[in-house]
Amino acid sequence: MAKFSLPKNSQIKEGKAWPKPEGATNVTAFRIYRWNPDDGQNPRVDTYYVDRDDCGPMVLDALIYIKNKIDSTLTFRRSCREGICGSCAMNIDGANTLACTKAIDECTSKGEVRIYPLPHMPVVKDLVPDLTRFYAQHASIEPWLKTTTPEPEKEWRQSREDREKLDGLYECILCACCSTSCPSYWWNGDRYLGPAVLLQAYRWLIDSRDEATGERLDNLEDPFRLYRCHTIMNCANVCPKGLNPAKAIAEIKQMMVTRQL
Amino acid sequence: MASTKHTLRTPLSRVRGLGSARSGTSHFWHQRLTAVANVPLALAFIAIVVCATGSGYEEALALVRSPLVAILLLLFILSAAYHMRLGMQVIIEDYVHSGAKVAAVIANTFFAVLVAAAAVFAVLKITFGGM
Repeated sequence: MAKFSLPKNSQIKEGKAWPKPEGATNVTAFRIYRWNPDDGQNPRVDTYYVDRDDCGPMVLDALIYIKNKIDSTLTFRRSCREGICGSCAMNIDGANTLACTKAIDECTSKGEVRIYPLPHMPVVKDLVPDLTRFYAQHASIEPWLKTTTPEPEKEWRQSREDREKLDGLYECILCACCSTSCPSYWWNGDRYLGPAVLLQAYRWLIDSRDEATGERLDNLEDPFRLYRCHTIMNCANVCPKGLNPAKAIAEIKQMMVTRQL
Repeated sequence: MASTKHTLRTPLSRVRGLGSARSGTSHFWHQRLTAVANVPLALAFIAIVVCATGSGYEEALALVRSPLVAILLLLFILSAAYHMRLGMQVIIEDYVHSGAKVAAVIANTFFAVLVAAAAVFAVLKITFGGM
Protein backbone atom coordinates (compact mmCIF):
# COMPACT_ATOMS: atom_id res chain seq x y z
CA MET A 1 0.00 0.00 0.00
CA ALA A 2 0.99 3.62 -0.41
CA LYS A 3 2.69 4.93 2.75
CA PHE A 4 1.13 8.01 4.31
CA SER A 5 3.45 8.43 7.30
CA LEU A 6 7.21 8.81 7.45
CA PRO A 7 9.39 6.04 8.89
CA LYS A 8 10.97 6.91 12.29
CA ASN A 9 14.38 7.80 10.88
CA SER A 10 12.82 10.21 8.39
CA GLN A 11 10.73 12.24 10.82
CA ILE A 12 11.82 15.87 10.71
CA LYS A 13 13.12 17.34 13.99
CA GLU A 14 13.49 20.98 15.01
CA GLY A 15 17.02 22.05 14.13
CA LYS A 16 19.36 24.86 14.99
CA ALA A 17 18.38 28.54 15.00
CA TRP A 18 21.38 30.45 13.64
CA PRO A 19 22.16 33.93 15.03
CA LYS A 20 20.70 36.98 13.33
CA PRO A 21 23.12 39.10 11.31
CA GLU A 22 24.44 41.94 13.49
CA GLY A 23 23.10 45.42 12.82
CA ALA A 24 20.61 44.25 10.20
CA THR A 25 17.26 46.03 10.19
CA ASN A 26 15.50 44.24 7.33
CA VAL A 27 15.61 40.53 8.22
CA THR A 28 13.68 37.57 6.77
CA ALA A 29 13.61 34.13 8.42
CA PHE A 30 14.37 31.04 6.32
CA ARG A 31 13.36 27.59 7.57
CA ILE A 32 15.43 25.08 5.62
CA TYR A 33 15.42 21.27 5.54
CA ARG A 34 18.76 19.75 6.50
CA TRP A 35 19.84 16.15 6.25
CA ASN A 36 23.33 14.71 6.25
CA PRO A 37 23.75 11.06 5.19
CA ASP A 38 26.97 10.75 7.21
CA ASP A 39 25.91 11.73 10.74
CA GLY A 40 23.16 9.15 11.30
CA GLN A 41 20.76 11.84 12.53
CA ASN A 42 17.15 12.46 11.53
CA PRO A 43 16.43 15.31 9.12
CA ARG A 44 15.95 18.68 10.82
CA VAL A 45 14.74 22.16 9.95
CA ASP A 46 17.26 24.94 10.62
CA THR A 47 16.31 28.60 10.94
CA TYR A 48 18.46 31.25 9.28
CA TYR A 49 18.04 35.02 9.27
CA VAL A 50 18.96 36.81 6.07
CA ASP A 51 19.84 40.51 5.94
CA ARG A 52 17.69 41.61 3.01
CA ASP A 53 19.65 44.83 2.54
CA ASP A 54 22.74 42.73 1.84
CA CYS A 55 21.06 40.12 -0.39
CA GLY A 56 19.53 39.90 -3.87
CA PRO A 57 15.75 39.56 -4.41
CA MET A 58 15.49 35.86 -5.27
CA VAL A 59 15.36 32.81 -3.01
CA LEU A 60 18.60 31.55 -4.60
CA ASP A 61 20.28 34.80 -3.60
CA ALA A 62 19.27 34.10 -0.01
CA LEU A 63 20.58 30.51 -0.17
CA ILE A 64 23.91 31.78 -1.49
CA TYR A 65 23.93 34.46 1.24
CA ILE A 66 23.40 31.74 3.87
CA LYS A 67 26.10 29.49 2.41
CA ASN A 68 28.61 32.35 2.14
CA LYS A 69 27.93 34.18 5.38
CA ILE A 70 26.20 31.90 7.90
CA ASP A 71 26.59 28.16 7.28
CA SER A 72 28.87 26.84 4.56
CA THR A 73 27.61 23.26 5.07
CA LEU A 74 24.20 24.05 3.54
CA THR A 75 24.07 21.99 0.34
CA PHE A 76 22.04 22.80 -2.77
CA ARG A 77 22.37 22.68 -6.56
CA ARG A 78 22.58 25.87 -8.58
CA SER A 79 24.16 26.95 -11.82
CA CYS A 80 22.71 29.46 -14.27
CA ARG A 81 20.70 31.61 -11.77
CA GLU A 82 18.31 32.59 -14.59
CA GLY A 83 15.80 29.73 -14.92
CA ILE A 84 17.34 27.85 -17.83
CA CYS A 85 19.39 25.06 -16.24
CA GLY A 86 16.81 23.68 -13.80
CA SER A 87 19.40 22.88 -11.13
CA CYS A 88 17.88 24.82 -8.23
CA ALA A 89 14.43 23.16 -8.32
CA MET A 90 13.16 22.76 -4.76
CA ASN A 91 10.01 23.02 -2.66
CA ILE A 92 9.62 26.66 -1.63
CA ASP A 93 6.68 27.86 0.46
CA GLY A 94 4.85 24.59 -0.23
CA ALA A 95 5.24 24.50 -4.02
CA ASN A 96 7.97 23.19 -6.28
CA THR A 97 9.74 25.92 -8.20
CA LEU A 98 13.15 27.26 -9.18
CA ALA A 99 14.89 29.16 -6.37
CA CYS A 100 16.53 31.47 -8.92
CA THR A 101 13.29 32.78 -10.47
CA LYS A 102 11.22 32.90 -7.26
CA ALA A 103 11.24 36.25 -5.46
CA ILE A 104 11.65 36.07 -1.68
CA ASP A 105 8.72 38.47 -1.21
CA GLU A 106 6.41 36.07 -3.09
CA CYS A 107 6.91 33.26 -0.60
CA THR A 108 6.62 34.72 2.87
CA SER A 109 2.98 33.61 3.28
CA LYS A 110 3.80 32.16 6.72
CA GLY A 111 6.01 35.10 7.71
CA GLU A 112 9.06 33.01 6.85
CA VAL A 113 10.39 31.19 3.79
CA ARG A 114 10.17 27.41 4.11
CA ILE A 115 12.49 25.45 1.82
CA TYR A 116 12.53 21.67 1.36
CA PRO A 117 13.99 19.40 -1.34
CA LEU A 118 11.73 18.22 -4.18
CA PRO A 119 9.11 15.93 -2.59
CA HIS A 120 9.18 12.14 -2.59
CA MET A 121 12.64 11.75 -4.08
CA PRO A 122 15.55 10.11 -2.26
CA VAL A 123 17.64 12.89 -0.67
CA VAL A 124 21.38 12.98 -1.30
CA LYS A 125 22.02 15.81 1.17
CA ASP A 126 20.01 18.83 2.38
CA LEU A 127 18.23 20.27 -0.69
CA VAL A 128 19.80 17.89 -3.22
CA PRO A 129 17.46 15.12 -4.45
CA ASP A 130 18.59 11.97 -6.27
CA LEU A 131 17.15 12.33 -9.80
CA THR A 132 18.78 9.17 -11.23
CA ARG A 133 15.48 7.48 -11.98
CA PHE A 134 13.99 10.67 -13.43
CA TYR A 135 16.86 10.94 -15.91
CA ALA A 136 16.63 7.22 -16.75
CA GLN A 137 12.92 7.69 -17.48
CA HIS A 138 13.81 10.54 -19.80
CA ALA A 139 16.34 8.30 -21.56
CA SER A 140 13.72 5.54 -21.86
CA ILE A 141 11.53 7.62 -24.20
CA GLU A 142 14.54 8.02 -26.54
CA PRO A 143 14.41 11.81 -26.79
CA TRP A 144 16.06 12.24 -30.16
CA LEU A 145 14.96 12.40 -33.80
CA LYS A 146 14.39 8.91 -35.20
CA THR A 147 14.23 8.41 -38.96
CA THR A 148 14.55 5.60 -41.51
CA THR A 149 14.53 7.77 -44.65
CA PRO A 150 18.16 8.43 -45.71
CA GLU A 151 19.39 11.66 -44.24
CA PRO A 152 18.92 14.66 -46.55
CA GLU A 153 22.01 16.49 -47.76
CA LYS A 154 21.33 19.64 -45.80
CA GLU A 155 18.70 19.22 -43.11
CA TRP A 156 15.32 17.73 -42.17
CA ARG A 157 12.88 20.40 -43.28
CA GLN A 158 9.83 21.45 -41.30
CA SER A 159 7.00 23.84 -42.15
CA ARG A 160 6.44 26.92 -40.04
CA GLU A 161 3.11 25.46 -38.80
CA ASP A 162 4.72 22.16 -37.79
CA ARG A 163 7.49 24.00 -35.98
CA GLU A 164 4.87 25.94 -34.01
CA LYS A 165 3.51 22.65 -32.67
CA LEU A 166 6.70 22.35 -30.60
CA ASP A 167 6.06 25.65 -28.81
CA GLY A 168 5.13 25.04 -25.20
CA LEU A 169 7.10 21.77 -25.31
CA TYR A 170 10.69 22.56 -26.27
CA GLU A 171 10.99 25.10 -23.43
CA CYS A 172 10.98 22.33 -20.80
CA ILE A 173 14.28 22.36 -18.87
CA LEU A 174 13.72 19.03 -17.05
CA CYS A 175 13.89 20.60 -13.59
CA ALA A 176 11.49 17.89 -12.28
CA CYS A 177 9.26 20.40 -10.47
CA CYS A 178 6.17 18.94 -12.19
CA SER A 179 6.93 15.24 -11.80
CA THR A 180 7.78 15.59 -8.11
CA SER A 181 4.57 17.57 -7.47
CA CYS A 182 2.41 14.79 -8.93
CA PRO A 183 0.74 12.46 -6.37
CA SER A 184 0.45 9.77 -9.01
CA TYR A 185 4.23 10.01 -9.53
CA TRP A 186 4.73 9.84 -5.74
CA TRP A 187 2.78 6.58 -5.43
CA ASN A 188 3.86 4.94 -8.69
CA GLY A 189 7.05 6.73 -9.76
CA ASP A 190 8.78 3.42 -10.42
CA ARG A 191 6.37 2.64 -13.29
CA TYR A 192 4.60 5.91 -14.16
CA LEU A 193 6.82 8.11 -16.35
CA GLY A 194 5.52 11.35 -14.84
CA PRO A 195 4.52 14.69 -16.41
CA ALA A 196 7.98 15.97 -17.39
CA VAL A 197 8.98 12.83 -19.26
CA LEU A 198 5.54 12.49 -20.91
CA LEU A 199 5.73 16.12 -22.07
CA GLN A 200 9.11 15.28 -23.60
CA ALA A 201 7.61 12.14 -25.16
CA TYR A 202 4.87 14.27 -26.74
CA ARG A 203 7.49 16.73 -27.99
CA TRP A 204 8.88 13.88 -30.16
CA LEU A 205 5.47 12.39 -31.03
CA ILE A 206 4.30 15.70 -32.49
CA ASP A 207 7.55 16.49 -34.32
CA SER A 208 6.72 16.36 -38.05
CA ARG A 209 10.28 15.21 -38.89
CA ASP A 210 10.16 12.12 -36.66
CA GLU A 211 9.38 8.77 -38.31
CA ALA A 212 8.95 6.62 -35.20
CA THR A 213 5.60 7.95 -33.94
CA GLY A 214 3.95 4.51 -33.92
CA GLU A 215 6.80 2.85 -32.02
CA ARG A 216 6.86 5.71 -29.56
CA LEU A 217 3.12 5.26 -28.92
CA ASP A 218 3.62 1.48 -28.57
CA ASN A 219 6.19 2.07 -25.86
CA LEU A 220 3.92 4.45 -23.97
CA GLU A 221 0.74 2.38 -24.23
CA ASP A 222 0.73 1.00 -20.72
CA PRO A 223 -1.61 1.27 -17.71
CA PHE A 224 1.30 2.63 -15.64
CA ARG A 225 3.68 4.45 -17.98
CA LEU A 226 0.95 6.73 -19.39
CA TYR A 227 -2.43 6.06 -17.84
CA ARG A 228 -1.47 6.85 -14.23
CA CYS A 229 -2.15 10.49 -15.14
CA HIS A 230 -5.49 11.39 -13.54
CA THR A 231 -5.36 15.08 -14.59
CA ILE A 232 -4.62 16.26 -11.05
CA MET A 233 -2.97 19.31 -12.71
CA ASN A 234 -0.30 19.98 -10.05
CA CYS A 235 2.20 19.76 -12.91
CA ALA A 236 0.71 22.72 -14.77
CA ASN A 237 0.28 24.67 -11.52
CA VAL A 238 3.93 24.48 -10.49
CA CYS A 239 5.82 24.55 -13.81
CA PRO A 240 8.27 27.46 -13.42
CA LYS A 241 8.33 27.84 -17.22
CA GLY A 242 4.54 28.14 -17.45
CA LEU A 243 4.15 24.93 -19.50
CA ASN A 244 1.22 22.51 -19.34
CA PRO A 245 2.37 18.86 -19.12
CA ALA A 246 -1.20 17.69 -18.35
CA LYS A 247 -2.32 18.97 -21.76
CA ALA A 248 0.55 17.15 -23.48
CA ILE A 249 -0.46 13.93 -21.70
CA ALA A 250 -4.10 14.42 -22.76
CA GLU A 251 -2.86 14.82 -26.36
CA ILE A 252 -0.95 11.53 -26.09
CA LYS A 253 -4.08 9.77 -24.79
CA GLN A 254 -6.03 11.24 -27.70
CA MET A 255 -3.43 9.89 -30.15
CA MET A 256 -3.81 6.46 -28.53
CA VAL A 257 -7.59 6.50 -29.02
CA THR A 258 -7.33 7.96 -32.52
CA ARG A 259 -5.16 5.12 -33.78
CA GLN A 260 -7.71 2.57 -32.50
CA LEU A 261 -10.97 4.12 -33.75
CA MET B 1 9.91 1.96 -3.57
CA ALA B 2 11.76 -0.76 -5.38
CA SER B 3 14.14 1.61 -7.14
CA THR B 4 15.68 2.84 -3.87
CA LYS B 5 16.74 -0.68 -2.85
CA HIS B 6 20.30 -1.66 -3.49
CA THR B 7 20.65 -3.29 -6.88
CA LEU B 8 23.30 -3.64 -9.55
CA ARG B 9 20.78 -3.24 -12.40
CA THR B 10 21.20 0.01 -14.31
CA PRO B 11 18.60 2.75 -13.80
CA LEU B 12 17.51 2.41 -17.45
CA SER B 13 17.00 -1.34 -17.07
CA ARG B 14 14.88 -0.76 -13.97
CA VAL B 15 12.80 1.94 -15.69
CA ARG B 16 12.22 -0.21 -18.78
CA GLY B 17 11.22 -3.09 -16.51
CA LEU B 18 9.11 -5.67 -18.31
CA GLY B 19 8.40 -3.27 -21.17
CA SER B 20 5.18 -1.65 -22.24
CA ALA B 21 1.98 -3.64 -21.66
CA ARG B 22 0.69 -2.44 -25.08
CA SER B 23 -2.72 -1.98 -23.43
CA GLY B 24 -4.58 0.46 -21.28
CA THR B 25 -6.22 2.45 -24.06
CA SER B 26 -9.31 0.20 -24.10
CA HIS B 27 -9.64 0.60 -20.34
CA PHE B 28 -9.31 4.40 -20.69
CA TRP B 29 -11.75 4.54 -23.60
CA HIS B 30 -14.37 2.26 -22.01
CA GLN B 31 -14.25 4.31 -18.82
CA ARG B 32 -15.11 7.46 -20.81
CA LEU B 33 -17.69 5.61 -22.91
CA THR B 34 -19.58 4.28 -19.86
CA ALA B 35 -19.28 7.70 -18.21
CA VAL B 36 -21.05 9.29 -21.17
CA ALA B 37 -23.67 6.50 -21.17
CA ASN B 38 -24.21 6.90 -17.43
CA VAL B 39 -25.30 10.55 -17.72
CA PRO B 40 -28.67 9.89 -19.46
CA LEU B 41 -29.07 6.44 -17.86
CA ALA B 42 -28.57 7.75 -14.31
CA LEU B 43 -31.05 10.57 -14.98
CA ALA B 44 -33.55 8.00 -16.28
CA PHE B 45 -32.92 5.82 -13.21
CA ILE B 46 -33.58 8.75 -10.86
CA ALA B 47 -36.78 9.61 -12.76
CA ILE B 48 -37.95 5.97 -12.50
CA VAL B 49 -37.25 5.88 -8.74
CA VAL B 50 -39.11 9.19 -8.24
CA CYS B 51 -42.10 7.84 -10.21
CA ALA B 52 -42.12 4.63 -8.16
CA THR B 53 -41.87 6.28 -4.72
CA GLY B 54 -45.20 8.12 -4.88
CA SER B 55 -47.21 5.00 -5.69
CA GLY B 56 -47.88 1.67 -3.98
CA TYR B 57 -46.09 -1.67 -4.34
CA GLU B 58 -48.27 -2.96 -7.20
CA GLU B 59 -47.87 0.29 -9.16
CA ALA B 60 -44.12 0.14 -8.72
CA LEU B 61 -44.05 -3.45 -10.03
CA ALA B 62 -46.18 -2.44 -13.00
CA LEU B 63 -43.75 0.40 -13.74
CA VAL B 64 -40.72 -1.93 -13.79
CA ARG B 65 -42.66 -4.40 -15.98
CA SER B 66 -43.10 -1.86 -18.77
CA PRO B 67 -40.57 -2.64 -21.54
CA LEU B 68 -39.03 0.83 -21.79
CA VAL B 69 -38.45 1.12 -18.03
CA ALA B 70 -37.04 -2.42 -17.79
CA ILE B 71 -34.64 -1.83 -20.67
CA LEU B 72 -33.45 1.49 -19.22
CA LEU B 73 -32.90 -0.16 -15.83
CA LEU B 74 -30.95 -3.06 -17.37
CA LEU B 75 -28.77 -0.69 -19.41
CA PHE B 76 -28.07 1.44 -16.35
CA ILE B 77 -27.14 -1.61 -14.26
CA LEU B 78 -24.74 -2.96 -16.87
CA SER B 79 -23.14 0.40 -17.70
CA ALA B 80 -22.80 1.46 -14.06
CA ALA B 81 -21.40 -1.90 -12.92
CA TYR B 82 -18.82 -1.93 -15.73
CA HIS B 83 -17.89 1.68 -14.98
CA MET B 84 -17.58 0.83 -11.29
CA ARG B 85 -15.25 -2.07 -12.05
CA LEU B 86 -13.04 0.04 -14.35
CA GLY B 87 -12.84 2.94 -11.85
CA MET B 88 -12.13 0.72 -8.86
CA GLN B 89 -9.35 -1.05 -10.77
CA VAL B 90 -7.62 2.31 -11.34
CA ILE B 91 -7.78 3.05 -7.60
CA ILE B 92 -6.37 -0.41 -6.78
CA GLU B 93 -3.51 0.07 -9.28
CA ASP B 94 -2.79 3.50 -7.76
CA TYR B 95 -2.59 2.47 -4.13
CA VAL B 96 -2.13 -1.30 -3.73
CA HIS B 97 1.48 -2.24 -4.35
CA SER B 98 1.78 -5.47 -2.39
CA GLY B 99 0.96 -9.00 -3.51
CA ALA B 100 -2.65 -8.19 -2.60
CA LYS B 101 -2.99 -6.30 -5.88
CA VAL B 102 -3.94 -9.29 -8.03
CA ALA B 103 -6.35 -10.55 -5.35
CA ALA B 104 -7.92 -7.07 -5.14
CA VAL B 105 -8.33 -6.85 -8.94
CA ILE B 106 -9.98 -10.30 -8.96
CA ALA B 107 -12.26 -9.44 -6.03
CA ASN B 108 -13.18 -6.17 -7.71
CA THR B 109 -14.25 -7.94 -10.90
CA PHE B 110 -16.21 -10.61 -9.01
CA PHE B 111 -17.94 -7.96 -6.91
CA ALA B 112 -19.00 -5.91 -9.94
CA VAL B 113 -20.30 -9.00 -11.76
CA LEU B 114 -22.17 -10.15 -8.65
CA VAL B 115 -23.83 -6.76 -8.11
CA ALA B 116 -24.80 -6.57 -11.79
CA ALA B 117 -26.12 -10.16 -11.85
CA ALA B 118 -28.25 -9.65 -8.72
CA ALA B 119 -29.69 -6.36 -10.02
CA VAL B 120 -30.37 -7.77 -13.52
CA PHE B 121 -32.00 -10.83 -11.99
CA ALA B 122 -34.29 -8.64 -9.87
CA VAL B 123 -35.46 -6.63 -12.89
CA LEU B 124 -35.96 -9.74 -15.03
CA LYS B 125 -37.85 -11.53 -12.25
CA ILE B 126 -40.26 -8.61 -11.94
CA THR B 127 -40.61 -8.27 -15.70
CA PHE B 128 -41.01 -11.94 -16.61
CA GLY B 129 -41.65 -13.57 -13.22
CA GLY B 130 -45.40 -13.09 -13.40
CA MET B 131 -45.63 -11.81 -9.82
